[in-house]
Amino acid sequence: MDNLFWIFISALLINNFVLAYFLGLCPFLGVSGKLDTAFRLGLATTFVLLITALCAWFLNTYVLIYAPYLDLISFIVVIASTVQFIEMLIKKFSPTLFRALGIFLPLITTNCAILFLAISATNRGYGLAEGLVFALGAGIGFTLAMVLLAGLREEAELSDVPALIKGTAMNLIIAGILSMAFMGFAGLFSST
Amino acid sequence: MDKTQNQAYEEFIKGIWRENPVFVQVLGMCPMLAVTNSAINAFAMGGATFFVLVGSSFLVASFKNLIRKQVRISSFIIIIATFVTVADYTLEALVPTVHKELGAFIPLIVANCMILGRQEAFASKNTISMAVMDAIGMAAGFMLALLTLGSVREILGNGSLFGVDLFGPDFEPWIIMILPPGGFLTLGLILLVFNWFTVKKAQFIDKVAAAERSSS
Repeated sequence: MDNLFWIFISALLINNFVLAYFLGLCPFLGVSGKLDTAFRLGLATTFVLLITALCAWFLNTYVLIYAPYLDLISFIVVIASTVQFIEMLIKKFSPTLFRALGIFLPLITTNCAILFLAISATNRGYGLAEGLVFALGAGIGFTLAMVLLAGLREEAELSDVPALIKGTAMNLIIAGILSMAFMGFAGLFSST
Repeated sequence: MDKTQNQAYEEFIKGIWRENPVFVQVLGMCPMLAVTNSAINAFAMGGATFFVLVGSSFLVASFKNLIRKQVRISSFIIIIATFVTVADYTLEALVPTVHKELGAFIPLIVANCMILGRQEAFASKNTISMAVMDAIGMAAGFMLALLTLGSVREILGNGSLFGVDLFGPDFEPWIIMILPPGGFLTLGLILLVFNWFTVKKAQFIDKVAAAERSSS
Protein backbone atom coordinates (compact mmCIF):
# COMPACT_ATOMS: atom_id res chain seq x y z
CA MET A 1 0.00 0.00 0.00
CA ASP A 2 2.84 2.31 0.98
CA ASN A 3 4.50 1.56 -2.29
CA LEU A 4 1.40 2.46 -4.32
CA PHE A 5 1.02 5.77 -2.50
CA TRP A 6 4.66 6.59 -3.17
CA ILE A 7 4.29 5.82 -6.87
CA PHE A 8 1.22 8.08 -7.02
CA ILE A 9 2.81 11.06 -5.27
CA SER A 10 6.03 10.67 -7.20
CA ALA A 11 4.25 10.73 -10.58
CA LEU A 12 1.93 13.54 -9.48
CA LEU A 13 4.35 16.03 -7.97
CA ILE A 14 8.01 15.13 -7.71
CA ASN A 15 8.49 13.64 -11.14
CA ASN A 16 5.65 15.56 -12.73
CA PHE A 17 5.56 14.40 -16.34
CA VAL A 18 5.41 17.89 -17.79
CA LEU A 19 7.51 19.98 -15.45
CA ALA A 20 10.24 17.50 -14.54
CA TYR A 21 10.37 15.06 -17.46
CA PHE A 22 9.36 17.43 -20.28
CA LEU A 23 6.69 15.11 -21.59
CA GLY A 24 3.58 16.21 -23.42
CA LEU A 25 4.87 19.72 -24.08
CA CYS A 26 3.01 20.17 -27.37
CA PRO A 27 -0.46 20.15 -25.79
CA PHE A 28 0.97 21.84 -22.69
CA LEU A 29 2.00 24.86 -24.74
CA GLY A 30 -0.64 24.57 -27.42
CA VAL A 31 -3.94 24.03 -25.59
CA SER A 32 -3.28 25.97 -22.40
CA GLY A 33 -4.90 29.20 -23.64
CA LYS A 34 -8.20 28.59 -21.87
CA LEU A 35 -8.67 27.10 -18.42
CA ASP A 36 -11.71 25.05 -19.31
CA THR A 37 -10.28 23.45 -22.47
CA ALA A 38 -7.00 22.74 -20.71
CA PHE A 39 -8.82 20.94 -17.90
CA ARG A 40 -10.84 18.77 -20.27
CA LEU A 41 -7.85 17.87 -22.43
CA GLY A 42 -6.11 16.88 -19.19
CA LEU A 43 -9.00 14.57 -18.34
CA ALA A 44 -9.02 13.03 -21.83
CA THR A 45 -5.27 12.45 -21.56
CA THR A 46 -5.68 10.88 -18.11
CA PHE A 47 -8.23 8.50 -19.54
CA VAL A 48 -5.92 7.50 -22.40
CA LEU A 49 -3.10 7.04 -19.89
CA LEU A 50 -5.20 4.65 -17.78
CA ILE A 51 -6.26 2.59 -20.81
CA THR A 52 -2.66 2.53 -22.03
CA ALA A 53 -1.42 1.27 -18.66
CA LEU A 54 -3.98 -1.52 -18.84
CA CYS A 55 -3.04 -2.44 -22.42
CA ALA A 56 0.69 -2.18 -21.71
CA TRP A 57 0.33 -4.61 -18.84
CA PHE A 58 -1.64 -7.01 -21.02
CA LEU A 59 0.87 -6.80 -23.88
CA ASN A 60 3.82 -7.21 -21.55
CA THR A 61 2.38 -10.25 -19.84
CA TYR A 62 0.98 -12.16 -22.78
CA VAL A 63 2.54 -10.96 -26.03
CA LEU A 64 5.86 -9.21 -25.68
CA ILE A 65 7.65 -11.98 -23.82
CA TYR A 66 7.71 -13.75 -27.17
CA ALA A 67 8.84 -10.75 -29.23
CA PRO A 68 10.44 -7.98 -27.12
CA TYR A 69 11.62 -6.01 -30.17
CA LEU A 70 8.00 -5.35 -31.14
CA ASP A 71 7.25 -3.32 -27.99
CA LEU A 72 7.40 0.15 -29.53
CA ILE A 73 5.29 -0.76 -32.52
CA SER A 74 2.61 -2.57 -30.52
CA PHE A 75 2.39 0.19 -27.88
CA ILE A 76 1.95 2.90 -30.46
CA VAL A 77 -0.74 0.93 -32.30
CA VAL A 78 -2.67 0.45 -29.05
CA ILE A 79 -2.35 4.14 -28.21
CA ALA A 80 -3.44 5.23 -31.67
CA SER A 81 -6.56 3.06 -31.55
CA THR A 82 -7.48 4.24 -28.04
CA VAL A 83 -7.18 7.85 -29.12
CA GLN A 84 -9.31 7.17 -32.18
CA PHE A 85 -11.97 5.67 -29.89
CA ILE A 86 -11.95 8.64 -27.54
CA GLU A 87 -12.15 11.02 -30.47
CA MET A 88 -15.35 9.31 -31.62
CA LEU A 89 -16.77 9.42 -28.09
CA ILE A 90 -16.10 13.13 -27.63
CA LYS A 91 -17.39 13.95 -31.10
CA LYS A 92 -20.65 12.21 -30.24
CA PHE A 93 -21.18 13.54 -26.72
CA SER A 94 -19.69 17.03 -26.83
CA PRO A 95 -19.24 18.59 -30.28
CA THR A 96 -18.22 21.94 -28.72
CA LEU A 97 -15.35 20.36 -26.84
CA PHE A 98 -14.45 18.48 -30.00
CA ARG A 99 -14.08 21.76 -31.88
CA ALA A 100 -12.23 23.46 -29.04
CA LEU A 101 -9.61 20.72 -28.83
CA GLY A 102 -9.20 20.68 -32.60
CA ILE A 103 -6.00 19.16 -33.92
CA PHE A 104 -4.73 18.45 -30.41
CA LEU A 105 -7.19 15.62 -29.89
CA PRO A 106 -5.73 13.29 -32.55
CA LEU A 107 -2.32 14.55 -31.47
CA ILE A 108 -2.76 12.81 -28.11
CA THR A 109 -1.34 9.89 -30.12
CA THR A 110 1.94 11.71 -30.41
CA ASN A 111 1.84 12.92 -26.82
CA CYS A 112 5.06 11.43 -25.59
CA ALA A 113 3.74 11.22 -22.02
CA ILE A 114 1.59 8.30 -23.05
CA LEU A 115 4.28 6.32 -24.81
CA PHE A 116 6.69 7.13 -21.97
CA LEU A 117 4.21 5.72 -19.47
CA ALA A 118 4.01 2.42 -21.35
CA ILE A 119 7.79 2.19 -21.73
CA SER A 120 8.72 3.14 -18.19
CA ALA A 121 6.05 0.90 -16.65
CA THR A 122 7.68 -1.91 -18.64
CA ASN A 123 11.20 -0.96 -17.64
CA ARG A 124 10.36 -0.70 -13.96
CA GLY A 125 8.49 -4.00 -14.04
CA TYR A 126 5.24 -2.60 -12.65
CA GLY A 127 2.33 -4.98 -12.14
CA LEU A 128 -1.25 -4.13 -12.99
CA ALA A 129 -2.14 -2.19 -9.82
CA GLU A 130 1.16 -0.28 -9.79
CA GLY A 131 0.79 0.56 -13.47
CA LEU A 132 -2.73 1.91 -13.01
CA VAL A 133 -1.75 4.03 -10.00
CA PHE A 134 1.26 5.34 -11.92
CA ALA A 135 -1.00 6.28 -14.83
CA LEU A 136 -3.50 7.99 -12.53
CA GLY A 137 -0.77 10.02 -10.83
CA ALA A 138 0.79 10.97 -14.14
CA GLY A 139 -2.57 11.95 -15.62
CA ILE A 140 -3.60 14.10 -12.69
CA GLY A 141 -0.14 15.64 -12.63
CA PHE A 142 -0.46 16.49 -16.33
CA THR A 143 -3.90 18.01 -15.74
CA LEU A 144 -2.55 19.99 -12.79
CA ALA A 145 0.31 21.43 -14.84
CA MET A 146 -2.04 22.28 -17.73
CA VAL A 147 -4.52 24.01 -15.42
CA LEU A 148 -1.78 25.98 -13.63
CA LEU A 149 -0.28 27.24 -16.87
CA ALA A 150 -3.70 28.00 -18.37
CA GLY A 151 -4.65 30.03 -15.29
CA LEU A 152 -1.43 32.02 -15.43
CA ARG A 153 -1.82 32.61 -19.15
CA GLU A 154 -5.37 33.87 -18.73
CA GLU A 155 -4.08 36.37 -16.19
CA ALA A 156 -1.21 37.38 -18.46
CA GLU A 157 -3.66 38.10 -21.29
CA LEU A 158 -5.05 40.95 -19.22
CA SER A 159 -1.76 42.49 -18.19
CA ASP A 160 0.51 44.76 -20.16
CA VAL A 161 3.21 42.52 -21.61
CA PRO A 162 5.73 43.75 -24.22
CA ALA A 163 4.73 42.47 -27.66
CA LEU A 164 8.12 40.86 -28.17
CA ILE A 165 7.73 38.46 -25.24
CA LYS A 166 4.13 37.48 -25.95
CA GLY A 167 3.53 33.94 -27.16
CA THR A 168 5.67 30.88 -26.77
CA ALA A 169 8.65 32.65 -25.23
CA MET A 170 6.59 33.93 -22.30
CA ASN A 171 4.84 30.58 -21.85
CA LEU A 172 8.18 28.83 -21.65
CA ILE A 173 9.47 31.24 -19.04
CA ILE A 174 6.28 30.82 -17.00
CA ALA A 175 6.71 27.05 -17.32
CA GLY A 176 10.30 27.39 -16.14
CA ILE A 177 9.19 29.20 -13.00
CA LEU A 178 6.46 26.62 -12.37
CA SER A 179 9.02 23.89 -12.83
CA MET A 180 11.26 25.55 -10.25
CA ALA A 181 8.35 25.59 -7.82
CA PHE A 182 7.73 21.90 -8.41
CA MET A 183 11.38 21.12 -7.66
CA GLY A 184 10.53 22.01 -4.08
CA PHE A 185 8.38 18.88 -3.85
CA ALA A 186 11.54 16.80 -4.07
CA GLY A 187 11.98 17.52 -0.37
CA LEU A 188 8.76 15.65 0.45
CA PHE A 189 10.59 12.36 0.61
CA SER A 190 14.08 12.09 1.98
CA SER A 191 14.80 8.69 0.48
CA THR A 192 14.12 7.83 -3.13
CA MET B 1 17.93 20.38 -64.26
CA ASP B 2 19.12 23.64 -62.81
CA LYS B 3 15.61 24.39 -61.64
CA THR B 4 15.17 21.15 -59.70
CA GLN B 5 18.56 21.67 -58.12
CA ASN B 6 17.51 25.10 -56.99
CA GLN B 7 14.30 23.73 -55.60
CA ALA B 8 16.11 20.95 -53.76
CA TYR B 9 18.47 23.51 -52.26
CA GLU B 10 15.47 25.62 -51.26
CA GLU B 11 13.79 22.65 -49.49
CA PHE B 12 17.03 21.99 -47.67
CA ILE B 13 17.76 25.51 -46.53
CA LYS B 14 14.27 26.39 -45.32
CA GLY B 15 14.46 23.78 -42.57
CA ILE B 16 17.56 25.33 -41.09
CA TRP B 17 16.37 28.86 -40.58
CA ARG B 18 13.14 30.18 -42.10
CA GLU B 19 10.99 27.20 -41.08
CA ASN B 20 13.21 25.87 -38.34
CA PRO B 21 11.17 23.12 -36.66
CA VAL B 22 11.97 24.26 -33.12
CA PHE B 23 12.38 28.03 -33.18
CA VAL B 24 9.67 28.83 -35.72
CA GLN B 25 7.23 25.92 -35.75
CA VAL B 26 7.72 25.01 -32.05
CA LEU B 27 7.56 21.27 -32.77
CA GLY B 28 9.41 18.42 -31.15
CA MET B 29 9.80 20.21 -27.86
CA CYS B 30 9.89 17.19 -25.59
CA PRO B 31 13.19 15.64 -26.69
CA MET B 32 14.41 19.19 -27.27
CA LEU B 33 14.25 20.07 -23.59
CA ALA B 34 14.71 16.67 -22.00
CA VAL B 35 18.05 15.62 -23.45
CA THR B 36 19.81 18.96 -23.82
CA ASN B 37 21.49 19.04 -20.41
CA SER B 38 24.77 18.33 -22.17
CA ALA B 39 26.03 18.92 -25.68
CA ILE B 40 26.99 15.28 -26.25
CA ASN B 41 23.50 14.02 -25.41
CA ALA B 42 22.03 16.68 -27.67
CA PHE B 43 24.30 15.48 -30.47
CA ALA B 44 23.30 11.83 -30.06
CA MET B 45 19.64 12.76 -30.00
CA GLY B 46 20.08 14.90 -33.11
CA GLY B 47 21.81 12.05 -34.90
CA ALA B 48 19.10 9.53 -34.05
CA THR B 49 16.36 11.96 -35.10
CA PHE B 50 18.23 12.65 -38.34
CA PHE B 51 18.32 8.96 -39.19
CA VAL B 52 14.66 8.38 -38.35
CA LEU B 53 13.40 11.46 -40.17
CA VAL B 54 15.37 10.89 -43.37
CA GLY B 55 14.59 7.16 -43.40
CA SER B 56 10.88 7.52 -42.85
CA SER B 57 10.56 10.43 -45.30
CA PHE B 58 12.20 8.26 -47.93
CA LEU B 59 9.85 5.32 -47.28
CA VAL B 60 6.71 7.46 -47.01
CA ALA B 61 7.52 9.24 -50.26
CA SER B 62 8.13 5.92 -52.01
CA PHE B 63 4.88 4.37 -50.77
CA LYS B 64 2.70 7.45 -51.06
CA ASN B 65 0.57 5.98 -53.87
CA LEU B 66 0.00 2.70 -52.02
CA ILE B 67 -1.11 4.18 -48.69
CA ARG B 68 -4.82 4.98 -48.51
CA LYS B 69 -5.88 8.30 -47.07
CA GLN B 70 -7.89 6.87 -44.17
CA VAL B 71 -5.04 4.82 -42.75
CA ARG B 72 -2.18 7.18 -43.55
CA ILE B 73 -1.47 8.35 -39.98
CA SER B 74 -1.24 4.80 -38.64
CA SER B 75 0.94 3.75 -41.58
CA PHE B 76 3.29 6.70 -41.01
CA ILE B 77 3.51 5.89 -37.30
CA ILE B 78 4.38 2.26 -37.99
CA ILE B 79 7.08 3.25 -40.49
CA ILE B 80 8.51 5.72 -37.97
CA ALA B 81 8.34 3.18 -35.14
CA THR B 82 10.29 0.70 -37.26
CA PHE B 83 13.10 3.17 -37.87
CA VAL B 84 13.16 4.17 -34.21
CA THR B 85 13.49 0.53 -33.16
CA VAL B 86 16.48 0.21 -35.51
CA ALA B 87 18.05 3.41 -34.13
CA ASP B 88 17.41 2.31 -30.55
CA TYR B 89 19.13 -1.07 -30.93
CA THR B 90 21.99 0.44 -32.97
CA LEU B 91 22.76 3.06 -30.31
CA GLU B 92 22.55 0.46 -27.58
CA ALA B 93 25.10 -1.68 -29.39
CA LEU B 94 27.50 1.13 -30.39
CA VAL B 95 27.42 3.65 -27.53
CA PRO B 96 25.83 2.00 -24.47
CA THR B 97 26.72 4.87 -22.09
CA VAL B 98 24.99 7.54 -24.17
CA HIS B 99 22.06 5.22 -24.76
CA LYS B 100 21.68 4.74 -21.03
CA GLU B 101 21.73 8.47 -20.38
CA LEU B 102 19.13 9.25 -23.02
CA GLY B 103 17.01 6.53 -21.43
CA ALA B 104 13.44 6.39 -22.64
CA PHE B 105 13.89 9.36 -24.92
CA ILE B 106 15.19 7.35 -27.87
CA PRO B 107 11.98 5.27 -28.11
CA LEU B 108 10.08 8.53 -27.62
CA ILE B 109 11.33 9.78 -31.00
CA VAL B 110 8.26 7.92 -32.29
CA ALA B 111 6.11 10.52 -30.58
CA ASN B 112 8.10 13.48 -31.87
CA CYS B 113 5.42 15.52 -33.58
CA MET B 114 7.98 17.12 -35.90
CA ILE B 115 8.62 13.79 -37.66
CA LEU B 116 4.96 12.90 -38.13
CA GLY B 117 4.30 16.50 -39.18
CA ARG B 118 6.88 16.33 -41.99
CA GLN B 119 5.42 13.05 -43.28
CA GLU B 120 1.91 14.48 -43.30
CA ALA B 121 2.79 17.93 -44.63
CA PHE B 122 5.56 17.15 -47.07
CA ALA B 123 6.80 13.61 -47.73
CA SER B 124 3.37 12.19 -48.57
CA LYS B 125 2.86 14.82 -51.29
CA ASN B 126 6.27 15.13 -52.94
CA THR B 127 8.80 13.13 -54.91
CA ILE B 128 11.34 10.96 -53.15
CA SER B 129 14.30 13.25 -53.75
CA MET B 130 12.44 16.38 -52.58
CA ALA B 131 11.17 14.54 -49.50
CA VAL B 132 14.69 13.45 -48.61
CA MET B 133 16.08 16.96 -49.11
CA ASP B 134 13.30 18.39 -46.94
CA ALA B 135 13.97 15.77 -44.26
CA ILE B 136 17.71 16.50 -44.27
CA GLY B 137 17.05 20.22 -43.93
CA MET B 138 14.54 19.82 -41.11
CA ALA B 139 16.75 17.34 -39.28
CA ALA B 140 19.72 19.72 -39.63
CA GLY B 141 17.61 22.56 -38.26
CA PHE B 142 16.55 20.36 -35.35
CA MET B 143 20.16 19.36 -34.72
CA LEU B 144 21.19 23.04 -34.79
CA ALA B 145 18.55 23.88 -32.19
CA LEU B 146 19.50 20.90 -30.00
CA LEU B 147 23.19 21.82 -30.12
CA THR B 148 22.51 25.49 -29.34
CA LEU B 149 20.40 24.65 -26.33
CA GLY B 150 22.68 21.81 -25.21
CA SER B 151 25.83 23.95 -25.41
CA VAL B 152 24.30 26.92 -23.57
CA ARG B 153 23.00 24.69 -20.80
CA GLU B 154 26.21 22.69 -20.46
CA ILE B 155 28.44 25.78 -20.46
CA LEU B 156 26.39 27.59 -17.83
CA GLY B 157 25.33 24.59 -15.78
CA ASN B 158 28.53 22.60 -15.76
CA GLY B 159 31.26 24.95 -17.03
CA SER B 160 32.17 22.58 -19.83
CA LEU B 161 31.41 21.84 -23.48
CA PHE B 162 31.31 18.29 -24.87
CA GLY B 163 32.79 17.24 -21.53
CA VAL B 164 35.83 19.56 -21.87
CA ASP B 165 36.29 21.90 -18.92
CA LEU B 166 36.17 25.54 -20.03
CA PHE B 167 36.56 27.85 -17.07
CA GLY B 168 38.75 25.99 -14.59
CA PRO B 169 37.98 25.30 -10.94
CA ASP B 170 37.01 28.87 -10.00
CA PHE B 171 33.79 28.75 -12.00
CA GLU B 172 30.67 28.40 -9.92
CA PRO B 173 28.25 26.34 -12.07
CA TRP B 174 24.63 27.43 -12.36
CA ILE B 175 23.19 24.07 -11.38
CA ILE B 176 19.68 25.26 -12.25
CA MET B 177 20.63 25.28 -15.92
CA ILE B 178 21.04 21.50 -16.18
CA LEU B 179 17.92 20.89 -14.08
CA PRO B 180 14.46 20.93 -15.71
CA PRO B 181 13.65 24.65 -15.09
CA GLY B 182 16.85 25.64 -16.91
CA GLY B 183 15.58 23.94 -20.05
CA PHE B 184 12.37 25.96 -20.09
CA LEU B 185 14.13 29.22 -19.27
CA THR B 186 16.92 28.79 -21.82
CA LEU B 187 14.56 27.88 -24.63
CA GLY B 188 12.30 30.80 -23.67
CA LEU B 189 15.23 33.20 -23.86
CA ILE B 190 16.48 31.76 -27.15
CA LEU B 191 12.99 32.19 -28.62
CA LEU B 192 13.03 35.80 -27.42
CA VAL B 193 16.29 36.45 -29.26
CA PHE B 194 14.88 34.72 -32.33
CA ASN B 195 11.73 36.87 -32.20
CA TRP B 196 13.85 39.96 -31.79
CA PHE B 197 15.85 39.14 -34.93
CA THR B 198 12.66 38.48 -36.90
CA VAL B 199 11.09 41.75 -35.80
CA LYS B 200 14.27 43.73 -36.53
CA LYS B 201 14.51 42.16 -39.97
CA ALA B 202 10.87 42.99 -40.76
CA GLN B 203 11.44 46.59 -39.65
CA PHE B 204 14.56 46.80 -41.79
CA ILE B 205 12.70 45.53 -44.86
CA ASP B 206 9.87 48.02 -44.21
CA LYS B 207 12.38 50.84 -43.89
CA VAL B 208 14.13 49.91 -47.16
CA ALA B 209 10.77 49.70 -48.91
CA ALA B 210 9.73 53.09 -47.52
CA ALA B 211 13.05 54.66 -48.60
CA GLU B 212 12.63 53.22 -52.10
CA ARG B 213 9.10 54.57 -52.32
CA SER B 214 10.10 58.09 -51.22
CA SER B 215 13.12 58.24 -53.56
CA SER B 216 11.13 57.22 -56.63
